Amino acid sequence: MRVPLWKIAHARSGDKADRADIGLFAWDAPTYAVLKREVTSARLKDHFKAMCEGPVELWPLDNLLALKIVLNRALQGGAARSLRMDNLGKAVAAQLLRMEIEAPADLPRLKK
Amino acid sequence: MKSVRIGAGLGFYGDSWRAVRASIERGGVHYIASDHLSELTLAILQKDRQKDADAGYARDGLPMLMELWPLAAKRGVKFILNAGGLNPEGARAAIARAFRDQGWKATLATVSGDAMLERFDELGAAGEALAHMDTGAALDTVRSRMLFANAYLGAQPIVRALEQGADIVLTGRVADAALSLAPIVHELGWKWDDWNRLALGLTVGHLLECSGQGAGGNFGSAAEWAEIPDYAHLGYPIAEVNADGSALFAKAPGTGGRISFDTLRQQLLYEVHNPHAYVSPDVVLDMGALKLDDRGNDQVKVTGAAGAPRPAQLKIVGGYHDGWMGTGMIGFSWPQAYAKCAKAAETIRTLVAERGWQIEDMNVEYIGYDSLLGANADPTYRDQLNECFLRMTLRTQDRKVADAYGRLFPWLGLSGPPYVGSMKGVQGAKELLGIWPTLVQRERVESKVNVAVEKV
Repeated sequence: MRVPLWKIAHARSGDKADRADIGLFAWDAPTYAVLKREVTSARLKDHFKAMCEGPVELWPLDNLLALKIVLNRALQGGAARSLRMDNLGKAVAAQLLRMEIEAPADLPRLKK
Repeated sequence: MKSVRIGAGLGFYGDSWRAVRASIERGGVHYIASDHLSELTLAILQKDRQKDADAGYARDGLPMLMELWPLAAKRGVKFILNAGGLNPEGARAAIARAFRDQGWKATLATVSGDAMLERFDELGAAGEALAHMDTGAALDTVRSRMLFANAYLGAQPIVRALEQGADIVLTGRVADAALSLAPIVHELGWKWDDWNRLALGLTVGHLLECSGQGAGGNFGSAAEWAEIPDYAHLGYPIAEVNADGSALFAKAPGTGGRISFDTLRQQLLYEVHNPHAYVSPDVVLDMGALKLDDRGNDQVKVTGAAGAPRPAQLKIVGGYHDGWMGTGMIGFSWPQAYAKCAKAAETIRTLVAERGWQIEDMNVEYIGYDSLLGANADPTYRDQLNECFLRMTLRTQDRKVADAYGRLFPWLGLSGPPYVGSMKGVQGAKELLGIWPTLVQRERVESKVNVAVEKV
């Protein structure tokens, strides 16, 4: 079934120069396995195509049940040059949580 | 086993120190590591210094110490803060003056030598290209517009200050985590090539450097944020670091917030690029084998930090003038709040085009609809919004255009679509800054770092 990430994971984002970076965290190991399989750099690039002009980098961290995601050239040159309301990219993680992936219906912490 | 307890101080210029007080009074800390400088805070301080040569330091350091030092001194708690900004000596002078007025005694130290802009010619002559480390762009494309450029120093000069008996160490730009790593190394006697222990110290510093974010603040989640207890009294994290290279995270009793596997791992990955090579001046951390063991009751044990040797180069971050931002805002009530904002945006675009202003970029956002979620906003209820605010910004090299732009908007109140929100004044031009990260051979910086100590 199609599941938005907010129903199965949590996330925080921040900024460094012209990069927005996101930590995406599964609540449990079965969900982490799904995230690792479904949240690919190609999917991310498509989800953020309106704001991310550079490559997407992605590192899985099994010890933290987490994916580290970096969106290059995503902040209009950086926080102090950006024209956006969210110049620091703090809500980029919320944008990510809107992404839908294919996931089994029986994940332990799936929200209704 | 020998250990040292480090408490998080501020996480940014303007943060609250109420939770720091709790850490001192009830958290058993030995040191407070306080971070006042985000990547571009130095740009704010540069403007202060242009107006007053004695300014240029973070102005919240002094009032924080005026409130907390009497409590800290009684318990032997020391402070390490980068509130020196662009002028650590100026910050020290202001604190020394205030302490003398109160009759307080303390040993103050400064760490300086991070300022690089005035050394660019010398560095260039020595063969440093100082090209943009991400884009490779040459320095001369921005050199004449550069406002500041500071190297990130490591923990070693702070340790030198502590060795000379400093109670309060004021630095300029140092790696945020160095504010914590230094007292850890100083107290536990770790060696500068003990990479795994240094990596644990760096992990601790990174988990402490954003104050409340390491204790359940800004806990990014769809529902669980509401379960964080007592935001009003949210504590800041405290790390008890052991000589064996482990750390136990906690917070002061009676404070709000939460220390857990979930809150700590959010902070661990925050503003990190490659988690297998988190570079600091003192060590390179691989987070891949870190273990965060949640013991319950707001306690998490951190072990398994892996370190690699420190880099040969230090990072410099510079900021350069990159035009002006003009801002206009206007809000509308239901009915058709969004459609009226869109009509106002179209109207303003026409006015801008008719004036023939030279602009580089324009950003149109609908507050209440997409100003935070951008293209990922859900359009389902867009046309039924109760209210919506239009925010339009532009970038121009012409300051007069940026100023004049904001003045286009009030006119819409009487001559635009109906049920306008109250106008809250016109925003003038705001200077925009480009960021210039670059690298320099560390010896060129470290040979000129200065540690000065003053007894008050």
